[in-house]
Amino acid sequence: MITRNPGSWDFHGGIHRPDMKALSAGRYLGKVPLPERLVIPLQQHIGTPAEPLVKEGDQVYKGQTLARVSEYIGAPIHAPTSGTVVEIAEHPVPHPSGLSAPCIVLQADGRDQWWDGLPEPLPWFEELDAAVLRERIRWAGVVGLGGAAFPTSVKVNPGPDRKIQTLVINGAECEPYITCDDYLMRTEADRIVEGIRVLMHVVGADECLIGIEDNKPEAIAAIKKAVAESDLATTRVVTVPTRYPMGGEKQLIKVLTGKEVPSNGIPADIGVICINVATTAAVTDAVMAGRPLLSRLVTVTGEGVRNPGNLEVPYGVPISHVIAFAGGYTDKAYKLILGGPMMGFTLQDDEVPVTKATNCLLVASRDEAPDPEPALPCIRCGRCADACPAQLLPQQLYWYARAKDLEKCQEYHLFDCIECGCCSWVCPSHIPLVQYYRFAKTETWAQEKEKQAAEEARRRHEARVERLERLERERKARLRKKKEALDKKAADPAGRKAAIDAAVQRAAERKAKRRPEEPS
Amino acid sequence: MLAAVLTLATLATLFGLLLGYASIRFKVEGDPIADQIDALLPQTQCGQCGYPGCRPYAEAIAAGEAEINLCAPGGEATMLAIADLLGKEPKPVEGDEGSHGIKKVAFIHEEECIGCTLCLQACPVDAIVGAAKQMHTVIADQCTGCELCVPPCPVECIEMVPVKTTLGTWKWPYPGENLLQRPEEQPS
Repeated sequence: MITRNPGSWDFHGGIHRPDMKALSAGRYLGKVPLPERLVIPLQQHIGTPAEPLVKEGDQVYKGQTLARVSEYIGAPIHAPTSGTVVEIAEHPVPHPSGLSAPCIVLQADGRDQWWDGLPEPLPWFEELDAAVLRERIRWAGVVGLGGAAFPTSVKVNPGPDRKIQTLVINGAECEPYITCDDYLMRTEADRIVEGIRVLMHVVGADECLIGIEDNKPEAIAAIKKAVAESDLATTRVVTVPTRYPMGGEKQLIKVLTGKEVPSNGIPADIGVICINVATTAAVTDAVMAGRPLLSRLVTVTGEGVRNPGNLEVPYGVPISHVIAFAGGYTDKAYKLILGGPMMGFTLQDDEVPVTKATNCLLVASRDEAPDPEPALPCIRCGRCADACPAQLLPQQLYWYARAKDLEKCQEYHLFDCIECGCCSWVCPSHIPLVQYYRFAKTETWAQEKEKQAAEEARRRHEARVERLERLERERKARLRKKKEALDKKAADPAGRKAAIDAAVQRAAERKAKRRPEEPS
Repeated sequence: MLAAVLTLATLATLFGLLLGYASIRFKVEGDPIADQIDALLPQTQCGQCGYPGCRPYAEAIAAGEAEINLCAPGGEATMLAIADLLGKEPKPVEGDEGSHGIKKVAFIHEEECIGCTLCLQACPVDAIVGAAKQMHTVIADQCTGCELCVPPCPVECIEMVPVKTTLGTWKWPYPGENLLQRPEEQPS
């Protein structure tokens, strides 16, 4: 079935703010030269961390699998260049906590030599089963490059019960400042279209809708041209209005198809799968070239960097190295934000590596990212509810999160919050609303884990008590049996005599048996 | 007069039989209140409350023999949950450290372990593996941090080590509002 008038719907709320994309749009600074040391985190995706396949001192080649995953939700990690593994240890990673996590440290040898174990390209993918292609996407370590880093192989496997009608390609890039997807669409439209062909085959979709915000006319023109030149009959480019968070998965699906993803559901429940444009290009590389995900486009922007633009960065390169390549910091540099100004988080340290989820490095000036103003009491103006694209009640959620009433938070659908930051942005009292929701979410998960652990502990304790009781019962039963046997013998002198006689007889027989052999 | 007495006597007999039947037919096995309390307790089985495990303590509370503020690992949160369940007045918890302190698990220094099995017998959740004259080790995931294995060890090779926060267990802090903040809302 084909969607009629795609893009004629709207999502609730959202905000308009200056998109600030002119700073970096269309500017390409080149591929960042490899530093001597690459720090490659084992977890760059949602799911379980990958397990290292190499050890310290191993020589590895570009594209070689460094770490694999055994769980379903996860993605392997590959060597971005050839070199020697010098260390597998904990290093600081780009995460709001500032914590360290296990990383593979690679000493680059400068030869950038490809691994000879790469799989063959599959240009005849249309004759292959979807499962084979999913396995290839999984091998290549492809994850959502829009910033969430959910494993793509899992996303394109909706299961046998869900028929996929629409493949949505997300080129909205709604977050201010970020232009890496825009640049990719302008310059590599063919690669994206090729990826769409592969994905259409993998998910078995009837149609494909490419959503691009109207502030990217060059990208729209390039993609339209590439689609027109291809054999994709049911693929349409849809220009959507520029409004944050248009690029949110659920919001874009609503605008393009008019369908709403149910609460606690995923897009596949309504027959839609949504993939980012950069991820689509990565799928092309995996299938058509047999190459894993080794680098990505990163936007380096803001008033705090001398030469803003887009760069090709191999994973594991320290952020300081990337900033230096973009001309270094200016005097205005005040905050280093990973991601955009709405959903990104401030980094304390620029020595952390670029990972699969790093789409933007915003070196903001004091004007661009002012310190939060002191929070005032909520005046119940309701602007947050008007702005919420998930149609939640941010105010109610705020009261309950603040009172640490997690049950009530869940009643008000805390987990439908996409943390887009619209409510905090419009709040006239400058209440850090999203911080409260993030706190409530992680607290809820921690409590659930604790509950499970307590349940497990009780089960184990009960099993232990039962075992001890059983052993005690068995011991008692054995003693009783022994005692009974003894008592029986003692009570029956005739039987005792008979038993002794029998024993004497047995001994005599044995003696008689042995005697003939004795002379030999 | 006689009719009234007879009527009342008959009614009394009838209702007596009905109640007697109901008490047999709808008999509840176990103690549902104790079950509910047990579900609120942290199941560390540490015995710090003076009862040999969480279940016995829950039964004691249900029977009205124990105070509700004896569970140190559960801390204030557990005490409040029990007070809420039973409609009792909250009381400050003695030796409250559990919920606010950092979770710890036992760790055996394996080079010092002599294989005496004393800690195996002390562990309420069978989280220590080993055998006589063999080295013992703690299954960290299953350890409840009750510390019951620490005193029996004759060579003092068991140490309680704090559980490290990882990316998977890290929590966003409670936002600090720097203005108009009442003292009890200080981020913990």
